[in-house]
Amino acid sequence: MGLLSKKDSKLILDPLADNNPITIQVLGICSALAITAQLKPSIVMAISVIFVMGVGNVVISLMRNVIPSKIRIIVQLVVVATLVIIVDQVLKAFAYALSKELSVFIGLIITNCIIMGRFEAFALGNGPWRSFLDGIGNALGYGVILIIVGFFRELLGSGTLFGIKVLGDPVEKSGLYAIGYENNGFMVLPPMALIVVGLIIWVQRSKNKALIEEN
Amino acid sequence: MEHLELFFKSVFVDNMVFAYFLGMCSYLAVSKKVSTAVGLGAAVIFVLTVTVPLNWLLDTYILQEGALTWLGPDFADYDLSFLSFILFIATIATMVQLVEIVVERFSPALYNSLGIFLPLIAVNCAILGGSLFMQSREIETFTLALNYGFSSGIGWFLAILAIAAIREKIRYSNVPAPLRGLGITFIITGLMAIGFMSFGGMLTGGDEPVEQEAQSAVIIENVEEEKESAVETAVSEIKN
Repeated sequence: MGLLSKKDSKLILDPLADNNPITIQVLGICSALAITAQLKPSIVMAISVIFVMGVGNVVISLMRNVIPSKIRIIVQLVVVATLVIIVDQVLKAFAYALSKELSVFIGLIITNCIIMGRFEAFALGNGPWRSFLDGIGNALGYGVILIIVGFFRELLGSGTLFGIKVLGDPVEKSGLYAIGYENNGFMVLPPMALIVVGLIIWVQRSKNKALIEEN
Repeated sequence: MEHLELFFKSVFVDNMVFAYFLGMCSYLAVSKKVSTAVGLGAAVIFVLTVTVPLNWLLDTYILQEGALTWLGPDFADYDLSFLSFILFIATIATMVQLVEIVVERFSPALYNSLGIFLPLIAVNCAILGGSLFMQSREIETFTLALNYGFSSGIGWFLAILAIAAIREKIRYSNVPAPLRGLGITFIITGLMAIGFMSFGGMLTGGDEPVEQEAQSAVIIENVEEEKESAVETAVSEIKN
């Protein structure tokens, strides 16, 4: 990246893998799990979070010297809530069906711990540009996990991607279904999201031994 | 009866943690020891019991479409529901601040062991989730909202108590190294959630099969009627 210095690009790239907000920092899991039964809501959620985090981090970073530290949580919540209202209204206007499907989980971006966590840990102590990169990086790390989970759950659970039947038609017995393949209906149910994330953590930590926790 | 049904539904069937994954962050982070888990669980019950009915009042008398009628007929067609996120979260943040002050005053030990997680209750998705579900499910009366807040809190408390107990035990087990800590906790929670899904039949168990039987009976009747009419037309064709 010619545009960014090495230090800056580290801000974006670190959260994608070795310091991933979901699998390492354990932040923002609530919304990550509930909406990943399909790929499309996962991507919309990821984009919404990228927007809220990028803008929110910049706003907080600009205000960091004037926020009294005693009421900073309320100030942060107001900033996030305002941004989330914008996202919610935009979704309601341009993708009504999708916003119905995501129901309360758009609202729950407000209490997404990644956002508050990054405000506290980064934006309050750094300049706007670096905070922006940090916000985008962490939101991307969150989005990557969301998309991986959504991909596997939709593919294995309903045999589709973005609603397109990629494995053939289960009713007409075409494609893979012709040789006896069955959808794993279990993948669509909420508990499987937890188990899929657990497996992702397993894979990631077997690759990178440094991340293994003490018991 | 309505209250009892809502209570069991919120505790078991629609459990905050296992059915909607709300409050997962603190659920995973504070569940290493049973004693801290109990403290946080109790705080969540309290905050939910207070904020859900408060937000119900806000929703009914200020935010909903036509809710401002009590101010006079001019206000009847105002719809402020887009403000609900910000008002709900403000109520919650205020209440959490209050709980923090009270706990610090009366139980410093609990305050120290909860540490950073008390202010984090403000950003616990279970709390805001409780209010948002209350709004989207259109809970009708104040007492039902109170019941909903309290019982959702109990559900969350049960979940964190159970996982904390399991995690205390699992420390002595031989878990594969990469799964240790976070990974195994996720998988256990998943298995517990599967267990909790079996409660799903608790409240609907009696009704659904009857409906299905009725439906299949209707289908069979339709099929038989079709057969009869087909036979009749065939017979008449032959006659002609």
